[in-house]
Amino acid sequence: MSAAETRTPAAVRERILKAVDAFGLPRLTVVLFLVFLFVLGGIKGVPIDDLASNSLGRFGMNAVMVLSMVPAVQCGIGPNFGLPLGLLAGVIGMVTSMELRLTGFAGLAFALGLGTLLGALVGIAYGHLLNRVRGQEMMVGTYAGFAAVSGMCVFWLLMPFRNPQLLWPLGGTGLRVTISLGDYFGNILDNLWVFRIGMVKVPTGLILLVLAVAAGYKLFEMTRVGTAMDLAGQNEQFARAAGIDVARMRVTGTAVSTAMGAFGIVLYAQTYGFVQLYLAPLMMAFPAVAAILIGGASPRNASIANALVGTLLFQSLLVTTVPVTQSVVRGDISEVVRLIVSNGMVLYALTRGRGGGGNG
Amino acid sequence: MAETDKDRFTSTKGAGPGRWAFKSFVRANAVPVMFLALCGLGILGSGKPPLFLLQEAVVRVARNSFTVLSLVIPVVAGLGLNFAIVLGAMAGQAGLIAVTAMGTSGIGGLIAAVAIALPLALMLGWMAGSIMNRAKGREMITGMILGFFMNGVYQLVFLFGIGTVIRLKNAALVLPQGVGLRNTVDLVTVKYALDNLLSLYAGFGYVPLATFAVVALLAWGVISLFKTKLGQDMRAVGQDMRVSEAAGINVDRTRNLAVVTSTVLAAIGQIIFLQNIGTLNTYDSHGQIGTFAIAALLVGGATISKATVGQALLGTFLFHLLFIVSPYAGQNLLGSAQIGEYFRVFVAYAIIAVSLALHSLQRARMAVRR
Amino acid sequence: MSDQILLEMDRISKEYYGNRVLKDVSLRVRPGEIHGLVGENGAGKSTLMNVLFGMPVIHSTGGYEGEVRFGGQKVWFRNPREAIEAGIGMVHQEFMLIPGFSVAENIKLNREPLRETALSRVLGSQLKALDWAEMRKDARRALDVVGLGIDEMLPIAGLPIGFMQFIEVAREVDKLGVRLLVFDEPTALLTEVEADQLLQALKRIAISGIGVIFISHRLEEVLGICDNVTVLRDGEVVACMPGRDATIGHVAELMVGRKVERPVLPPRPKEPSDDDIVLEVRELHVDMPGEEVKGVSLDVRRGEILGIGGLAGQGKTGIGNGMMGLFPATGSVRKDDATIRLDVAGEAYKRGIAFLSEDRKGIGLILERPVEYNVTVVAMLVKGTFQRSLAGGIRIRDKRAALSHTRGAIADLDIRCMGPGQVVRRLSGGNQQKVCIARALALDPEVLLVSEPTRGIDVGAKEKVLDLLVNLNREKGVTIVLTSSELSELRKVCDRVAIIYGGKLVDILSPEDSNARFGLAMAGKKVEDTA
Repeated sequence: MSAAETRTPAAVRERILKAVDAFGLPRLTVVLFLVFLFVLGGIKGVPIDDLASNSLGRFGMNAVMVLSMVPAVQCGIGPNFGLPLGLLAGVIGMVTSMELRLTGFAGLAFALGLGTLLGALVGIAYGHLLNRVRGQEMMVGTYAGFAAVSGMCVFWLLMPFRNPQLLWPLGGTGLRVTISLGDYFGNILDNLWVFRIGMVKVPTGLILLVLAVAAGYKLFEMTRVGTAMDLAGQNEQFARAAGIDVARMRVTGTAVSTAMGAFGIVLYAQTYGFVQLYLAPLMMAFPAVAAILIGGASPRNASIANALVGTLLFQSLLVTTVPVTQSVVRGDISEVVRLIVSNGMVLYALTRGRGGGGNG
Repeated sequence: MAETDKDRFTSTKGAGPGRWAFKSFVRANAVPVMFLALCGLGILGSGKPPLFLLQEAVVRVARNSFTVLSLVIPVVAGLGLNFAIVLGAMAGQAGLIAVTAMGTSGIGGLIAAVAIALPLALMLGWMAGSIMNRAKGREMITGMILGFFMNGVYQLVFLFGIGTVIRLKNAALVLPQGVGLRNTVDLVTVKYALDNLLSLYAGFGYVPLATFAVVALLAWGVISLFKTKLGQDMRAVGQDMRVSEAAGINVDRTRNLAVVTSTVLAAIGQIIFLQNIGTLNTYDSHGQIGTFAIAALLVGGATISKATVGQALLGTFLFHLLFIVSPYAGQNLLGSAQIGEYFRVFVAYAIIAVSLALHSLQRARMAVRR
Repeated sequence: MSDQILLEMDRISKEYYGNRVLKDVSLRVRPGEIHGLVGENGAGKSTLMNVLFGMPVIHSTGGYEGEVRFGGQKVWFRNPREAIEAGIGMVHQEFMLIPGFSVAENIKLNREPLRETALSRVLGSQLKALDWAEMRKDARRALDVVGLGIDEMLPIAGLPIGFMQFIEVAREVDKLGVRLLVFDEPTALLTEVEADQLLQALKRIAISGIGVIFISHRLEEVLGICDNVTVLRDGEVVACMPGRDATIGHVAELMVGRKVERPVLPPRPKEPSDDDIVLEVRELHVDMPGEEVKGVSLDVRRGEILGIGGLAGQGKTGIGNGMMGLFPATGSVRKDDATIRLDVAGEAYKRGIAFLSEDRKGIGLILERPVEYNVTVVAMLVKGTFQRSLAGGIRIRDKRAALSHTRGAIADLDIRCMGPGQVVRRLSGGNQQKVCIARALALDPEVLLVSEPTRGIDVGAKEKVLDLLVNLNREKGVTIVLTSSELSELRKVCDRVAIIYGGKLVDILSPEDSNARFGLAMAGKKVEDTA
C-alpha cells in the first residue's frame, strides 16, 4: 500500500477497528467507563484523594491474588478457578498464627510462611488432579474449590483451637465467621512507611511487598524452570519435543499459583482487618480472573503487567462507582457493577475462540 | 468404547444368573447405589421416623423434578451440564413477581406467570445458546459465568430498576426507600396453586398429584422428543459435531434449540418450585438452583455426556433425601445441625467436581484408544 | 459401461497464488466405469477433487478455468452440499461415523425416513418421528450392496475399523440419486482380506450403474480393478490408459519421471563413505499415526546429505519423529557408539542431533513470541546456553546474548524481518522456516534431521532454503537427513535417497538412478521384482 493509500479514511478506520478489536471491546469499555467516572466525580466534587487512597489500598489488597493467575495461565492450566484452595491454605496459616498468639510482624511472617507452604503442598496435589482432567481444568477447578471451601466449613466447626478471640462469642465449639486482626497484624503493612501525597495515603509497606512478589516471580520466569514452564503452556508439543516434562511443569505452575494465592489472602486480610472463614472464599476466584483479563490477559497468555494493570483498573472501578453514582442511584451499586463487569469480561474471553482475548 | 456398548445393550437389567447380574447392575449404576448407601446412613443417623422423611421427600421431589428434567436435553445435545438454567429460573421469578403485583390468583395466576415468563425465557435461552455456540468446548464454564453475569443484570433490574424505571402500583412490594423490590415477596395469591389442584392424603402425609402429573407429562415429552427428527439431530450433534455438520445438520441451530428448551423448562420449573415454597427470596431463590439441580441429575447416575429421564427422577429423589436427613444427622451425631447443612452443600459440590473429573478421564482414555 | 459420459472435467486449470497446480487436466468417467486416478503427493489429485466438489478453498482463491459437465450438463458447485445434491458422493479416509449410534442410524444420518405425529402437525416437520422399520430396510439394502452382513442395529463403537470403512461406503450408496462416487484411499486402513472385499464391493457398485473414481497409492489395486487409469504429475495428465494395458512399472515411472536438473554442488573436504558412520539405525519401529514405521534399518554416513523419500502415509515422516522420541518408538538408534533413548522426548538433542519438524507451526515455532526467543529458547533449555548468573547462583536467561546471537543468525541466513524482536507470526513462510533452521543451529548440532523443509513455502524461497542446507553441509560439515515428499528436491541435493514404503525401507538409490527405479521404489518394489 502506498503512503497515500494508508491515509485514506477507509484505511484509517480499518486500522482503528483492528486496534480496538485487538485491545478488546470490553477492556476498552472498562477503561473508558473508569475515565468517565473519574471525570464525573471531579465535576461533582467527590474527593478524588479519597478515591485514590482507596484504589491504592484495594490494589495492594488484591494484587497478589491476581498475580497468582499468572503462573497458572503460563503453565497451561488456564486461569486458576481453584484459587479458593490456596486461599484456604492462607486462612489456615492466619488462624494458626493467631492461635499461637503471634502478633505484629512475627504473626504476619508466620501466617505468610505457613500459608505459603501449605499452599504449595495443596497446589502440588491439585496440579496432579488437573493433569488428569486436561481440557476441563476451569470447571474442575471451580468445583474442587467450591467443595473444598464447603468441606472446610465442617472443619472450622470442629477445629480444637483455644484462643477465645477465634471462637464463637457465646461459647460452643468451632471458630467464628469473622475474626478481627486488630490485635495481631491488621494493617501493619499498610502503615509501614506510609506517606501522603497531598491527601492521598500511600500504603507503602503493602505496595512494596506486592512489587517484591512481582519481581520475585519475574526472576522465576527468567530461570530455566520458569522458561520451561512457560514454554510448556505455550505449546505442549514444542515443549515435549525439547525434552520438557510437560506434566511436571503444570504441577509446578499450579503449586506456585496456589502458594501465591495463600500469600495473597494474607495480604488481603491484613488490609481488610479481618480474617473471613466459612463460605467467604467461595467466589473469590472470579474477580481475580476477571481482573487479569481486564489487564489484557487471555486464558492462554498472561503476564505480570496484565495482573498489576488489571487489578488497578478493576479495583479503581469498584471504588469509584459508589461515591460517584450516589446521587443518581440510591444504594450500593458496586456489587451489581462488580458482577456485571467481572463476569462480562470473563464471558468475553471465553467466547473469543481458541485464543480467548486480544493476545490471540 | 466398551462402556457405550454396554450402556446401549444393558438397558434391561439383571438378564442372567442372579449374582453376576447384581454385580454388573451395581457397577453400571455405581453413583446412585453409593448415594443410596449414604442416604441409608443418614436416615439411621438422623433418628427421624421414615414416614416423616418420606413426606418431606415427596414434597421436595414434586417441586424439584421439573427443573432437574430440564437439564437432560442439553446433556444429550452435547452441551454438558447447563449451568445457565438460572436464566430460566430468573425468567420464572419475573413472571411470579408480575403476577403477584397484578394480584392474579390460583392456577390462573400460575398460568399467567408462565405466559409472562415464556417470552423472557425464550429470549434468554436464545442468548445463552448463541453464547455457548461461540464457546464450543467450554460450554459449562461459560454457562456458569453467564449465570453470574445475568444475576448482576437481574439485580440491576430489580434492585435499581423497580421504583425508577418500572413503577409498581402495589407499593407494598417495594423497599422502604422507594427503590428496589422487597427482599422477600409473599406469593399469597398462587401459593400451592398447583399442588392443591389435585392432591390426596396417603398414610404418611399429602401427595400433590397435579404437580406429579405435570412432571410426568414433561417426562413423557422428553422421551418422545428423542424419538423425533429433532431429537435424533440433538443426539447426533451431542456425540460428534463434525460428523453431524458434514451430514448437513445445522449444528448451531440444534444446540441453540436445546438450550432454549432447557431454559423455558427451567422457568416453568422455578414457578412450580416457588408455588410450593410460597415465598420468593427475590435475590436468593435462584442462587443455588443450578448447583442443586445439576448435582441431583448426577446423583441419579447421569454424566456430562449421558443423561436419561429415569436418572433425573431417581437423582432428584436421592439428592433431596440426603438434603433432608443431613441436618438431623448432624444434630444427632455431632451435636450440630450446621455441620449437616455444610455437609450437604459439600456433597453437592463434590459430586459435581468428581463427575467433571471422571468425564475428563474417560474422554482422555477414549482419545488414547483411538 | 454405457457410451454416454457421466462426468467430464474439461481442461481444468487452477492457480494458487501464482503457483500453477492444475494445467489443462481432462478426465472422463462413464456410468458404471471404475476410473483410477494416481499420482504423487502434490500431483494435483486432491485439488482436482476439490474443484469437482466446489470446495470453498477453490472459490476463495480465484476459482478455476475449464468446465465441469455432469450428466451432460455444465455444472458449477458453490459448495459440497450442491455437489452432493447433484448426485456426487465422496468416501473419505477420515471416518464420518458417530460411535454411539447404530449402523442404521449412521447410514441414514440426516436422511432418516419420517412419519407424521400429532406434534409435528402443530410445531413443524422437525418433530416428525423416526420411521424405524423403513430405516432398517434401507440400511439392510445398502449393507448388502457392500457385502457387509452385520446386524444393522449394532452400535458403531466397538466394530473393527475395516467394517467402519464399509459402512462409510454403504452410507454413500444409500443416498438417493447418487451417480458418481469418489473413493480417496479407501483401503488405506484395511487388511488385505478386507481390501479385497472392498474392491469386490466397488465392482458391485459399478455394475449397478454408478461411476467410480478410485484414488489410491496402491498401484496393484488400482490396476487390478480399474477400467481406465489417469496418471497425474505436477498438475498435468501424463497418461490415460485402459487398466488392462497398464503395468505397475510403467505407471510408476510415469508418476515420477521428470527431468531432474541436478546442479553442481560444492565439493567437500572429505567425501562421506561407509567407513565413517555417524548414525546407526536398527529395526526402528515408530507408532506415529498415519506414518507408522515397521522396522527400518539404515546407516547414515558422516558428512552426507541423506534423503528419505516415499509417498504420504508410508512412514518416511515417522523416522525422524521417532528418533527424536516424539512418538512411541522401539529399536536401536546409535550415534557414534552412544545409544539414544527413544522413550524420552528430546534425548537426541543431548547427543548433538537437532530436528526440524514438518509441523512448523505446531511444534516448530511459538508464533506469538519474537525471533530471538524462538531461536534461542531450546538451546537454553537443552544445553543451558544463553544464560547468565546472578548473585546467589541463580541462573537466568541472558537476553543480551540471545539478541546478539540472533542478529548474527539473521544476517547469516538472510532472514527478512524487522529485527530480532519481531513476532514470528508476521514473517513469511520462507522466513519462518529460516528461523526454525536458526533454532536448530543454535544448538550447534552434528546431525540435523529435517522434515519437509520447503512445504508451504513459495517457489523463490524454496531454492534458498535448500541452498542453506547444502551450505550447512559443505561449510560446517553438518550431516543432514532430509525427509521430503518432493522427490525432485531430494534428487537435487542428496548424496543418497532412501525410499520408504509400508513402513519399511525399500531401497537406497542414487539420485542419478532412473525414473523407473524411483517410481517402482515409491510403489514398494525393488527393481528385481518388477511386475
